[in-house]
Amino acid sequence: MIEIQNVSLTLDDRPVLRNISLSLSEQRIAIVGSNGSGKSSFARLLNGLRTPTEGSVRVDGLDTRKQARDIRRKVGFVFQNPDNQIVFPIVEEDVAFGLKNLGIPPDTRTEMARDILQRYGLSAHSKHPAHNLSGGQKQLLAIAGVLVMKPDYVVLDEPTTLLDLRNKLRISNAIDALEQAAIVVTHDLDLVKDFDRVLVFENGRVLADDVPNAALNRYVEAMLDA
Amino acid sequence: MLDLYSEGNSRLHTMKPGWKILGLAISGSLLFAVDNILFSIAFLAVTLALFAAAGLPLRRAWAQIRPVIWIFVLIMIAQALFNSWWVGLFVIIRFAVLLMLAGLLTLTTRSSEMIDGIEAGLRPLSRLGLRTRGISLAISLTLRFIPVLASVVREVREAQYARGLERNILALTIPAIVRTLKMSEDISDAIDARGF
Repeated sequence: MIEIQNVSLTLDDRPVLRNISLSLSEQRIAIVGSNGSGKSSFARLLNGLRTPTEGSVRVDGLDTRKQARDIRRKVGFVFQNPDNQIVFPIVEEDVAFGLKNLGIPPDTRTEMARDILQRYGLSAHSKHPAHNLSGGQKQLLAIAGVLVMKPDYVVLDEPTTLLDLRNKLRISNAIDALEQAAIVVTHDLDLVKDFDRVLVFENGRVLADDVPNAALNRYVEAMLDA
Repeated sequence: MLDLYSEGNSRLHTMKPGWKILGLAISGSLLFAVDNILFSIAFLAVTLALFAAAGLPLRRAWAQIRPVIWIFVLIMIAQALFNSWWVGLFVIIRFAVLLMLAGLLTLTTRSSEMIDGIEAGLRPLSRLGLRTRGISLAISLTLRFIPVLASVVREVREAQYARGLERNILALTIPAIVRTLKMSEDISDAIDARGF
């Protein structure tokens, strides 16, 4: 379980999140909201990439302020633009990067990398340069690079924003198939309609926290009123 | 090294990268230490034989020197004018062999193995406080982001062309630098997020 208690976040003297308290325990949680509402900053709090200015974030009892390194192994993070997440030039080598950081021996990490690339339909590209992949394939590679580390939770920050419809469906299917609990920041309301819970962010606060239908209706109303 | 690796199972492909890097360093030193053109010609023959042994066609050896052929022409002209054409030929053979050997290293070594090899080679320096993993990661990031940065510059250039600003260097460089800096923040976060 991820527990957020009285969290506020200020970046460059600008309040980004204001006094948020939540417990996240569902398998599929979506975070929606307008641009600049604080969703991505909130997501970065969940694996210790950012620490709150006030309050605390705990993942299975571990405090992100004190145990960020352990938490990053528990909470995988997929970024909006896969080009910013893929750090090795060759597909298979990039997947193996996280495993190397976990101290896994070379033979085992090659085997694990090949397994996950097969799962995501990227086996044929395993020896290819990552920059030659399509946008959807790069996003799948970014997800594979995170999942191969076997995190307990996966946070995905707008994973379908840069993709066409076919690739959106591929990523949506990949999210559906995740064994881990997933927290997805998105503007794609179709993606989250079958989720367990939807949080609507507005001006750094949680405007609605409900099942998808009710929360998304509240979100649409708020957008139309603005 | 960006994507030059050529699949194969030869002895050169399977040899540890550290030995290959050491071999390249020794070969380069010998090439320039031994002042004998016959030695350099013999070295050229051995280099071409190594390409064949690695299962690589000779055109791959030629591909290593083709981009610098104009520099070779300039060297030859300069040497012929101020020294002799014989010395020019000697210098060109030395550089050509060195380039082909360096190419052979990258053609038979995966970038990750190369980086591991460099990391292993630098490891003794970690006792002096050098972060060897950081250096090897920096090398891999450089290789990875050359095409990404090229596409950033291309996109910015196209956007500025569309606005009629094709002659304005600031209109190209400032957005490209801003995008690169923003990207670097995300990359840094991504590396942290993957447990580095």
